[in-house]
Amino acid sequence: MNAQIEIQIILSLVAIACAIPGVFLVLRKMSLISDAISHSILPGIVVGFFITQDLASPLLILMATLTGVVTVVLVEYIQKTGLVKEDTAIGLVFPSLFSIGVILISRNAGDVHLDVDAVLLGEVAFAPFDRWMWNETDMGPKSLWMMGTVLLLILTLLLLFYKELKVATFDAGLAASMGFVPMAIHYGLMTVASITTVGAFDAIGAVLVVAFMIVPAACIYLLTDNLKKLLIYSSVLAVVCSLVGYWFASVWDTSIAGTIASVLGLVFFIIYLTAPGKGYFSQWYKEKQQKTEVALLVFLLHLANHDEEQERNINHLQEHINWGAQRAKKVLKLANQNNMIAIENDIISLTNKGLDFTKQAIAYISDNKNSELEGVKQRFFLFRG
Amino acid sequence: MKQKIAIAVDDLTVAYNYKPVLWDIDLQIPEGVLMAIVGPNGAGKSTLLKSILNIIKPLAGSVSVYGKSYKKQRSLVAYVPQKGSVDWDFPTTALDVVMMGTYGALGWMKRPGINEKKQALEALEKVGMLPFQNRQISQLSGGQQQRIFLARALVQNAAIYFMDEPFQGVDATTEKAIIQILKELRKAGKTVVVVHHDLQTVPEYFDWVTFLNVKKIATGPVADIFNDDNLTKTYGINYKTSIVQ
Repeated sequence: MNAQIEIQIILSLVAIACAIPGVFLVLRKMSLISDAISHSILPGIVVGFFITQDLASPLLILMATLTGVVTVVLVEYIQKTGLVKEDTAIGLVFPSLFSIGVILISRNAGDVHLDVDAVLLGEVAFAPFDRWMWNETDMGPKSLWMMGTVLLLILTLLLLFYKELKVATFDAGLAASMGFVPMAIHYGLMTVASITTVGAFDAIGAVLVVAFMIVPAACIYLLTDNLKKLLIYSSVLAVVCSLVGYWFASVWDTSIAGTIASVLGLVFFIIYLTAPGKGYFSQWYKEKQQKTEVALLVFLLHLANHDEEQERNINHLQEHINWGAQRAKKVLKLANQNNMIAIENDIISLTNKGLDFTKQAIAYISDNKNSELEGVKQRFFLFRG
Repeated sequence: MKQKIAIAVDDLTVAYNYKPVLWDIDLQIPEGVLMAIVGPNGAGKSTLLKSILNIIKPLAGSVSVYGKSYKKQRSLVAYVPQKGSVDWDFPTTALDVVMMGTYGALGWMKRPGINEKKQALEALEKVGMLPFQNRQISQLSGGQQQRIFLARALVQNAAIYFMDEPFQGVDATTEKAIIQILKELRKAGKTVVVVHHDLQTVPEYFDWVTFLNVKKIATGPVADIFNDDNLTKTYGINYKTSIVQ
């Protein structure tokens, strides 16, 4: 296997291993905790490295994972005091732990081959050089094995506890009443997020782990309303972005992890703009349509309220409802097209259909709780486009 | 007639940050009643439900379900939390939410199958939501969301149902439909406990009532204890049932 392929396999493993717990972090509105974990594992990594001198050793992973879980516990403890809100608690905990790591590294900089840059930014390009030799046999890069193990662990846990994760994330109260112990599930997820971060920092750096966890989930969240699809497509998107980013980085000779994270950011921006339903353009269009619908309703209501002919003259429409000529024309056209109005000698009057619609629409607006008026909502859509 | 006791609460005290929310509550809920828990905001109504359901750890006291601890009787109990306590933008469908009602009986690690789906579809039909089974839950109206929650509780096929403000933010039609189903549950011998806000409807909807305001004020049949005296004790101001009704 050549180094390029090895790097791409490692990146794909990292991508999926991050995307899966990331989905649950996003759904639980805990995205920031991944940022906290990614920084505060530093002291764990440093101490582990002093002891083992090996970034892929299980002891180091264990210690760093523990630091990650400790971060979560501390954040929650501070939050529970009620003195500060969650974001402040996060801001209090992780810089403290992170700075302990920085001091440890700078105190011992001469003795160890570990620096803050390596931990924060990682360098997957070096991953193929650090190989696992077993009885003189080359078993491949250590980080490939490590990430493979982490991913296998994540997939196993996901398959076993999918149902529990889902119910505890959606409705912790129900989960608790059924005996699923949401607290245990919460800390399980936090532990998995920590293990993933620790496993991935060597390849892509602790900080960019956050991008791998949050961005794919945030992208697909705009596109689907199915949890399984959210998990699968987030993983696929994460892998595709990793590979695309890798090749851009190779061509441009830039940081691999940095380029991948940029690709992820760009993809999110595109999806945010174009996502059907939740995206920017879609929302903008919907708002515009709603404006037109309201205008139409105002117009119809005006007609229903006034018997006087001068109030209903097509040429005086503008001054009476106080609209610009274009808007008035548009609304008039829309109402006419849908047979809501009839025009005779420049006098506009409501047709029976128009009258009926106006009545229902008013009833719906004044009591939008009535489920029997659900049909009116649908008929509003008739006017779109 | 001596009724069996479904839920017994003994000397229950619950505190948040050492401030008591529930104080020395003794409460017995007989089997087969449709009971309202009423009281002002902050009276501890939801907390009482959550303590009975072991979601909150009490500072003192105990709860038993048919004479045994809640943990042993979990399968007998269904719970409908406040609608506002969950994120309705969660990526899931109406059917899927109702299926969650079967998770408790399945236990850890077992997956729902065809049988569970069948139960969920039946429950959806009962609450009149079958046509909406594949609708994303954020696309449902407030009343429809509450019906989904009720269907999820029905799927749990329990003996005791706890509902936290099921009529909050729902339309009149849904309120009628829900109370209809709750009355059917009582007829089938189930016990239903509802945290309720609208005092006007207490005599019409319920046959049992508990007045709560940190302490238990009174509990018993609506016909006997739903009166000016207890309302005033609970709400502090001079309440008159004549005005309320």
